[in-house]
Amino acid sequence: MAFGAFLQAPAPGVAAAADPAPRRRSKVALLLLLPGVLYLAVFFLAPLVSLVMTSFQEPVEFGDIGQYQTAFRWENYLAVVETYAPHIFRSFSYAALATALALVFSYPLAYFIGVKLRQAPFLQSLALVLVVAPFFISFLLRTLAWKQMFADEGWLVGALQTVQLLPDGAHLTGTPFSVVFGLTYNFIPFMTLPIYASLERLDLRYLEAADDLYAKRSTAFWRITIPLSLPGIVSGTLLTFIPAAGDYINASRDFLGSTETAMVGNVIEANFLVLQNYPAAASLSILLMAAILVLVSAYVVRSGTKDLL
Amino acid sequence: MRGLGRYALAAYSVIALVFLFIPIAYTVAFSFNDSRRSNIVWRGFTLDNWTSVCQAQGVCEAFGNSILIGVVATVLATAMGTAIAIALVRYRFRFRAATTLLLFLPMATPEVVLGAGLAAEFLTAGVPKGIGTIILAHTMFCISFVVVTVRARVAGLDPALEEAGRDLYASPSQVWWRVTFPLLLPGIVAAAMLSFALSFDDFIITNFNSGAETTFPKYIYTAAARGIPAEANVIASAVFLLALVIVVTAQLGRAARKRRMARS
Repeated sequence: MAFGAFLQAPAPGVAAAADPAPRRRSKVALLLLLPGVLYLAVFFLAPLVSLVMTSFQEPVEFGDIGQYQTAFRWENYLAVVETYAPHIFRSFSYAALATALALVFSYPLAYFIGVKLRQAPFLQSLALVLVVAPFFISFLLRTLAWKQMFADEGWLVGALQTVQLLPDGAHLTGTPFSVVFGLTYNFIPFMTLPIYASLERLDLRYLEAADDLYAKRSTAFWRITIPLSLPGIVSGTLLTFIPAAGDYINASRDFLGSTETAMVGNVIEANFLVLQNYPAAASLSILLMAAILVLVSAYVVRSGTKDLL
Repeated sequence: MRGLGRYALAAYSVIALVFLFIPIAYTVAFSFNDSRRSNIVWRGFTLDNWTSVCQAQGVCEAFGNSILIGVVATVLATAMGTAIAIALVRYRFRFRAATTLLLFLPMATPEVVLGAGLAAEFLTAGVPKGIGTIILAHTMFCISFVVVTVRARVAGLDPALEEAGRDLYASPSQVWWRVTFPLLLPGIVAAAMLSFALSFDDFIITNFNSGAETTFPKYIYTAAARGIPAEANVIASAVFLLALVIVVTAQLGRAARKRRMARS
């Protein structure tokens, strides 16, 4: 949903470089920073601490459901990994697959809008509006729209069965296919916009130079266009992968999933809000966040992009 | 061969954009469905859902809550985020790297973790969940996006303009209100719109911190099991059309500016 940022700002990868060197040291800086930083300390950092504390809690003896006390029960982590390993694995594989699909879908589109439509500012603006248009209508309703189009009695299932692509009695909804489809669809704009932002600034003279030096068009693409759009690819994959790994709408039973497609988000929601097993929900959240931070830092280091903000 | 390749890319892009639009068209179309109880099968065109939106129980109340939460969270996040953006560009201070990390982390944390964390904190502190806790949660995740958006605008601001103001004996508050603020305004407006959009459509964090209160997305989530009333489609479609008008106007202005710049 960071579309405003990408339409307005330079690509995230270079945003920091665009800042002129900060010049002054002053008390004013402290006054400007303090409210926001304190706010994030209280409502972002403190909740993480509280999550860590909760993850080690133990049930109160003879207490009601949902009553826990401070403890250091690290076994909570073992227990959730044992119980929910398939869900954790599913989250990361679905998210990785959806990210790869969104990249393949988005790159040509972003290239067309950012490079080919440069000569037509009006069409370029129109195409950008169409890319962000899904953001203006409820995420949940869009997902439900796909569910209804994929329904067993819908025309799509009928058509696929007629041409024998789908066996009789098979479903589209509630399958890994529909969940990955939904994740891909919902996060495509997050992938397209940052890639567009880097391709829009691609200097076409580099490609002409490559052509003059007898590089094949495919060579020029892989050795010039792709490396120069790498910051956009990195931001796009992160903006897709992170929310997709934690998502629980697409995989939910009432949307595109079933109990067999439940992801880690679904389990955290169920444990927290339904079963009131707060320590299990908290330890799963900590594991999810740790895994994402490790993966993201490894990825960012490998791709050589440093400034993300 | 080259010509053919170009048309293939154009054709692909058109198909891709149409594909992105399918669920939107579906949602808008079904706001006109003569659905009576379940809005799954097309039963004919009607305007009834549009003329009596609030008939479906609770839908208008949920929508009103979402607007209230969105407006308050946007004002809070935009004020705090803009201040941080100015400090980051204009001043030197210690713990700069730590501050940047603190702003980046909420955007890199899955929503389910943000939601569960806040819920755990409210639970431990004994804070009852409701509209207030939803506003606190939304303000938190909007701040970073405001900083990213406004920061680019501050960086592009020519400090000479403010110096000129000071040279002409303007007081600091006059410089801010007459020079800096008007120049930053487009960035601040963009950030506020982004915040509102993020807040209005948020479900995951809201679900953990709303208690018995309903927002528009939560209403849809709860209703999904038994079927969404067409009135929800009406509200979503109306919001969509309004947002589209705003963005198209802004983009047309941008395209016109670009063309003027290209000509001169």
